[in-house]
Amino acid sequence: MTTDRLKIYDYSIALVLLAITLISVSVTIVIMGILGIESYNFFQLVPVTDFLFGTQWEPFLEPKSFGVLPLITGTLIIVIGSSIIAIPSGIVIAAYLNEYASKKTRKIIKPLLEILAGIPTVVYGYFALTFITPLIRNFLPDTQVFNGLSGAIVVGIMILPMISSLCDDAFSSLPSSLKQGGYALGAMPFEVVSQVIIPAAKNRIGASVILAMSRAIGETMAVTLAAGATAKLTLNPLESIQTMTAFIVQVSLGDTQQGGAAYLTCFSVAGLLFLITFLLNIVGHKLMTQSKHGGF
Amino acid sequence: MTELKDKDQQAIIQLKDLSIFYGDNQAVNKINLDFYKNKVTAIIGPSGCGKSTVLRSINRMNDFIDILHTKGEVVYENQNILDKNLDPTRLRRDIGMVFQRPNPFPKSIYNNIIWGPKINGFLKNPDELVEKSLRRAALWDEVKDRLHDSALGLSGGQQQRLCIARTVAMNPSVILMDEPCSALDPKATIRIENLIDELKDDYTILIVTHNMQQAARVSDYTAFLYEGELVEFGETDGLFTNPVEKQTEDYITGRFG
Repeated sequence: MTTDRLKIYDYSIALVLLAITLISVSVTIVIMGILGIESYNFFQLVPVTDFLFGTQWEPFLEPKSFGVLPLITGTLIIVIGSSIIAIPSGIVIAAYLNEYASKKTRKIIKPLLEILAGIPTVVYGYFALTFITPLIRNFLPDTQVFNGLSGAIVVGIMILPMISSLCDDAFSSLPSSLKQGGYALGAMPFEVVSQVIIPAAKNRIGASVILAMSRAIGETMAVTLAAGATAKLTLNPLESIQTMTAFIVQVSLGDTQQGGAAYLTCFSVAGLLFLITFLLNIVGHKLMTQSKHGGF
Repeated sequence: MTELKDKDQQAIIQLKDLSIFYGDNQAVNKINLDFYKNKVTAIIGPSGCGKSTVLRSINRMNDFIDILHTKGEVVYENQNILDKNLDPTRLRRDIGMVFQRPNPFPKSIYNNIIWGPKINGFLKNPDELVEKSLRRAALWDEVKDRLHDSALGLSGGQQQRLCIARTVAMNPSVILMDEPCSALDPKATIRIENLIDELKDDYTILIVTHNMQQAARVSDYTAFLYEGELVEFGETDGLFTNPVEKQTEDYITGRFG
């Protein structure tokens, strides 16, 4: 009797836990569903090819056009720019923490980097607008008030801690005998870092870079504030641009009428954004697990 | 055998009152020991007796342990190599090391061999060096057709011989081996042991091992360490057949350890 009751008790606990799990999973599914349905509705009004390959993004003013490429180039400027800043410095910081820094220095620097990751993104946006942009305009006076470069720099700073801490983990997970093998052959720390540690951790470095890039693509607040809201097909980082995320903000805040292609753009752009970051995350996790099973 | 007894054997490395501490913990206590040129010396003793710690002080590998400090001297080429002013990278070119687990770099077999000479700036004929080193480590025939494949694809025993080849390529005068066979199967172990026997013509070899049969098979001299102290040192044949100290006898007959 008692064992039966225990079984029922146990079973109901499992059910409750399952229900809680399902709630969070279902949120993901609902989001994907809404994005899918509304994007489908959008593509009833606008051909997919016009959307993907069109070079004009003018969803609100007549004549309307729905070419998403300007938003993609805007996003690209942010992603590439921030990667150029964050990838090398992130790897360098991780290498420093791992091979050069004393335990004491490490104890101070690591938490500071983690604080960098915890600053609200709106603060970063404000920082870009009031500090980085004036600084750029000091050197390049033709720079517009809202510009891709400022956004890229600030997003670079934002994703830096992510890259450095993931790379740091990657480096410390290598067997210490590998490094010592390098030192035992008369190598200097720099040679060990650049020619033994980094090559051995390259998969996990790749994974951290991809995860950070996916974060940069999805970053919203800072780029909305810093890079502007002018959807323009350009790769000039000194002009005002608009990223996919910043556009979604614009639609969500504005008084766009519900229904109609202009309103539905929000979902098609969000769907595309979701798809890109989703793919990047899959690649990133694949690299991460591959390296875990690959010995190093 | 009489030549081995010769007290004029040239000592290439001398430990003088060597003490090593981990923090407040003394791991090695005032060891005095000579390692002879072109001989194989085995350092044996139970786990935690300090044998690896002693070995790693000879190429300054202990530098990587923050809390560790040493007293006394390790003399090589008339210098105390524990001297803080001495550049350990220079020392490590001369005193190579083979580790407990094979640790080839995630590079090709070829690049594993040439890496050391390359970064140290004396790489001249890479092809020749690779062949010579691999032949010296009895690995050439097995890998000559796949020199540019990843070293990680080799078996454990092959990887360990590659690590020996990599060390040999530096043309060191001393090779330290820290339980080089502990991760290998018996067949691979025999190959390494045979190799050690061939290598002593050109190099002085110091090998740490917990395997007494191995020490008896490969070494000319044996040092027995117990709880950080040198209990007995002598010719391997003598030490194993006729130990002077009771502790040595107990250990080699398997009464403890």
